[in-house]
Amino acid sequence: MSLKFPIYMDNHATTPMDPRVLEAMLPYFTEHFGNAASRSHRFGWVAEEAVGYAREQIATLIGAEKPEEIIFTSGATESDNLAIKGVAEFYRDKGNHIITTKIEHKAVLDTCKRLEKEGYEVTYLDVGPEGVVSVDDVRAAMTDKTILVSVMLANNEVGTIQPLKEIGALCKERGVIFHTDAVQGIGKTEFNVKEMGVDLASLTAHKIYGPKGIGALYVRRARPRVRLTAQMDGGGHERGNRSGTLNVPGIVGFGKACEILNKEWREESKRVKALRDRLKDKLFAELDECHINGAWDDARRLPNNLNVSFSYVEGEGLMMAIKDVAVSSGSACTSSSLEPSYVLRALGVEEELAHTSIRFGLGRFTTEEEVDYVAKLVVDKVKKLRDLSPLYEMAREGVNLKDIVWAAH
Amino acid sequence: MAYSEKVIEHAENPRNVGTLDKEDPNVGTGLVGAPACGDVMRLQIKVSDAGVIEDAKFKTFGCGSAIASSSLATEWLKGRTLDEASEIRNTDIVKELNLPPVKIHCSVLAEDAIKSAIEDFRKKQSAKRGA
Ligand SMILES: Cc1ncc(COP(=O)(O)O)c(C=O)c1O
Ligand code: FES
Repeated sequence: MSLKFPIYMDNHATTPMDPRVLEAMLPYFTEHFGNAASRSHRFGWVAEEAVGYAREQIATLIGAEKPEEIIFTSGATESDNLAIKGVAEFYRDKGNHIITTKIEHKAVLDTCKRLEKEGYEVTYLDVGPEGVVSVDDVRAAMTDKTILVSVMLANNEVGTIQPLKEIGALCKERGVIFHTDAVQGIGKTEFNVKEMGVDLASLTAHKIYGPKGIGALYVRRARPRVRLTAQMDGGGHERGNRSGTLNVPGIVGFGKACEILNKEWREESKRVKALRDRLKDKLFAELDECHINGAWDDARRLPNNLNVSFSYVEGEGLMMAIKDVAVSSGSACTSSSLEPSYVLRALGVEEELAHTSIRFGLGRFTTEEEVDYVAKLVVDKVKKLRDLSPLYEMAREGVNLKDIVWAAH
Repeated sequence: MAYSEKVIEHAENPRNVGTLDKEDPNVGTGLVGAPACGDVMRLQIKVSDAGVIEDAKFKTFGCGSAIASSSLATEWLKGRTLDEASEIRNTDIVKELNLPPVKIHCSVLAEDAIKSAIEDFRKKQSAKRGA
């Protein structure tokens, strides 16, 4: 098979839609365009039925008891906001303390920051070099004012998987509500809201080969029944939890994407992991001084993630050198803020190394040919850029870069 | 962000990559930036007895714009007198390479590297005269 350029290896950012998903959606743009809230005619009924079916497909994938536990939103950012603000507001009389981690997505962290301004207290737990939060730390952070724990299923930069089952059990024991941003983990690692004691889970379709702009919040309705204060006022859709006309084609696509995963995810994860390992092995065989960021064992890392620092080669410089390949970097130079990745910082990765990190995110449509091409290209370019790197030369000469007084700017 | 063609051209075919003997009294070395900031430039000039820059070399750890800025700087330096060299401004580099605002600091670093190399050379020369 011939390669098509550019090659996409940034599946943590978003994924291409699966053609099967697109096919399922198409009739809902033109033929079945009804408003799912229209109760008085066939157009509305057809749309409502499609939405109900999607709710079941999604509920099945995550092990929810009832389809009604799925509330549709515009994506995981909204779901995170609704879960955290909704719980914080509703349970204000019970307490004002929230526990989360330093490696959550900004949709969680910035929501928590806003709540802090409103008088809530938030504990941001460290994760250590493995990028995995410790259950003991969660336990130690709990007070009688704790109302919510929010810990992601898997991290979007380093792909590390968090011990949700243990945290879920702890939360049950303490009567604390447990939210997880499950965006990166579903369909790649085990996830079941029942088995893991998850009360709220944020999901989004565009990371699982579905469309952009549609997501969901799982809200447990029994043992315990979790209540939320709605953040969007309007027509009272989604049982009053989220007003707004439902995005029916998006929802149909989301449902289809979940149905596909439900059938295929185990196989797919195996295949993707083999490709990811192939990429890693090839890079590490040819290049010295490469460092994996975060835990590497299968139990604690997504099968599709490779986050590696190529010492002495700045990440954006490398991305430019491999510009036919779409990846991302924790380097500051890629961000407008000129700050390196806060996730890598939370892992204790030194700034020097954070600047040299590259995140490869493989996916359903990644091929072996692509992996081989990318491995060879990256090896060539890292070597070339190291020849261009004063730091590599100095390190080779035995200069300890830490002994130099650099003029930080 | 999309890169300008000139940045890509320099980054793909950097001019004057290399190392001059930093112990040579006719060589001035500038090492600026910091690994923790994600950019380090080393720029070296070799100055003739007539005070003209006959050779310039660089190595850079940094983004494509930083590599391009230092590559361009070495091109501009060759054949200039020290006084002419010290007139190179980061804004000239920004203009030539079409750098966007977030990449201006890469050009500033290149200007700093030039100044620092000239200063190093002058220091060496006055030390030599003093000796
Ligand atoms: C962990 C995580 N949470 C939330 C989001 C945001 O999701 P959405 O784009 O659907 O708002 C992302 C994607 O960027 C993510 O990786
Ligand atoms: S070296 Fe960091 S932006 Fe250019």
